[in-house]
Amino acid sequence: MKILVCINSVPDTTSKINFTDDNTKFDTSGVQFVINPHDEYSLTRAMWFKEKQGASLTVVGVGNQSIEPTLRKALAIGADNAIRVNTEATDGFSVAQQLAEVVKTGEYDVVIAGRESIDYNGGMVPGILATLLDYSFVNAVNGLEINDNKATITREIDGGKEILEADLPLVVGSQKGIVQENDLRIPNMRGIMMARKKPLTVVEPIVAEAATLSQSFEKPEANAACKIVETVDELIDLLHNEAKVI
Amino acid sequence: MSVLVFAESSEGKFKKVALEVTSYGKKLADQLQTNLVVVTAFVDDISPLSKYGAEKILNGKSDGLKTSDASIWADFIVAAAKQEEATAVIIDSSANGAFVGPLVAAKLQAGFASNVVALPNSTSPFVVKRKAFSNKAFNNTEIKTNVKVLGIAKNSFGLFENPTQGTSVDFSPSLNAGKIKRTAIEQATGTVTIADADIIVSAGRGLKSGDNWGMIEELAEVLGAATACSKPVSDLGWRPHSEHVGQTGKQAASNLYFAIGISGAIQHLAGVNSSKVKVVINTDAEAPFFKSAEYGIIGDAFEIVPKLVDKLKVFKAENG
Ligand SMILES: Cc1cc2nc3c(=O)[nH]c(=O)nc-3n(C[C@H](O)[C@H](O)[C@H](O)COP(=O)(O)OP(=O)(O)OC[C@H]3O[C@@H](n4cnc5c(N)ncnc54)[C@H](O)[C@@H]3O)c2cc1C
Ligand SMILES: Nc1ncnc2c1ncn2[C@@H]1O[C@H](COP(=O)(O)O)[C@@H](O)[C@H]1O
Repeated sequence: MKILVCINSVPDTTSKINFTDDNTKFDTSGVQFVINPHDEYSLTRAMWFKEKQGASLTVVGVGNQSIEPTLRKALAIGADNAIRVNTEATDGFSVAQQLAEVVKTGEYDVVIAGRESIDYNGGMVPGILATLLDYSFVNAVNGLEINDNKATITREIDGGKEILEADLPLVVGSQKGIVQENDLRIPNMRGIMMARKKPLTVVEPIVAEAATLSQSFEKPEANAACKIVETVDELIDLLHNEAKVI
Repeated sequence: MSVLVFAESSEGKFKKVALEVTSYGKKLADQLQTNLVVVTAFVDDISPLSKYGAEKILNGKSDGLKTSDASIWADFIVAAAKQEEATAVIIDSSANGAFVGPLVAAKLQAGFASNVVALPNSTSPFVVKRKAFSNKAFNNTEIKTNVKVLGIAKNSFGLFENPTQGTSVDFSPSLNAGKIKRTAIEQATGTVTIADADIIVSAGRGLKSGDNWGMIEELAEVLGAATACSKPVSDLGWRPHSEHVGQTGKQAASNLYFAIGISGAIQHLAGVNSSKVKVVINTDAEAPFFKSAEYGIIGDAFEIVPKLVDKLKVFKAENG
């Protein structure tokens, strides 16, 4: 079984979000980039298939050279090799087209991407990728088992979950829950040393046009100061008469 | 030309998000000077939608739709979009909406913007405002393709009544068999889900143990609210994963959000910023959550919550 995990490099969750160039560009100064949290869960689940079922495990990122440390981290966690598609990731459509090319070339049977990236929160790439490849697709996956080319998938739905079955090849949009929190792996020294020797292949992009274009950013308006109340009666009164929410 | 809205239903009735996307679709159709068409499936009574401006409703009935394969649902929506020559397709951001939206966009080779919070700033070029960076900012996104697919963020646009005479048309395009089979489903009945809730009662590690959730459930019950929690609480197994709110969990877009014994870490706030009114109950006056809240009580949850439950019961009895 050949597994491909899509890795997006995103600002660390505690980053201050600021913009430059007249609010048209994200200000990366002082920002630490990390593996998108949902992708880290995916990678951890994929490690299980590698260790327990002998799957091969490749990670892929679409981006310029700045994403290489993030891909190296994925190698240090345990991926066998990494691919970087050498182009700026502009929109979900074009990223999915680049990824589809990688999947076709490498003939992967299982592609695990995250439900969404925490930067642009598009939630687009996995679904578009699956459509371009004509692979089966399930989103919001928090459980994945694969045996004899058949996947058993747990999908979160509003107020519960459903269990689905699909034949490979398959793309999933995964999320927290696909592994337990304490299964997440912090790369150790040996992993980091080994990662330096593992292959990180840079491939040139195909021609793919973006369907959307980021024009500018805005910050939400600051919150009016919080009203601190002393009693429960006061609170109920304000929620009823002022905020009108109860 | 038309604006096409996909209105989700559950057990033959429209979900609240369906009314929201229809409200949006109607206003967008007016802005584009075209008409609104709604596509839905297995709905008995269409009148709730005509109240929000839906004149023509394509009502799908094919057995082919009884599948968990979103790609078949996408084919169904795409067939409607083609028949109606839609220039914009509007989809909600529920679990199903987020599943099917990108597939519709890919099949129509149309640009897609998710988490849209407002009508287009301009229609030529077509620019919409959407949430980004886990609610810490907005992005103005231009969609360059002729056909546009928009995913509307929950509870951000609002409901706008626009009563009209609606007609329902049977719509049964031929559909392929799905590749994905459902073998089981577990869905809580009778409880309010975070996705649908107008009020959410959420609690954090300040509650010390999963055994202390009785008062939280009671508070949720008097308010008709959904229960939720912070990430450590679900990691510790005090509550199920499905209740975890935040950057890596659910998005809470309710009218009212109670945060009880939750410090207000940036990753948690990323999931609640879309809620309109936030109330914090915390012993620590310096807890960061107070900065993002509208109302707060500084104090011990174990004293305050039971009092709140009692007083709310009285309030509910008086105010219905
Ligand atoms: C990559 C990443 C992703 C994350 N994603 C999420 C996410 O999606 N959602 C999320 O919630 N977190 C997330 N976190 C974790 C987040 O950083 C915080 O650790 C977490 O939100 C803290 O949870 P808490 O507020 O319940 O606990 P704590 O920070 O321990 O806060 C407990 C609070 O309870 C108060 N308290 C104590 N006793 C009482 C009492 N008797 N009455 C009232 N108040 C009391 C304390 O003053 C304190 O403010 C993420 C972290 C990382 C690194
Ligand atoms: N530039 C990228 N390179 C590789 N994978 C990506 C990239 N952008 C998005 N993805 C994958 O697609 C998922 C959803 O991303 P998005 O559609 O941007 O919200 C992420 O969790 C990744 O798995």
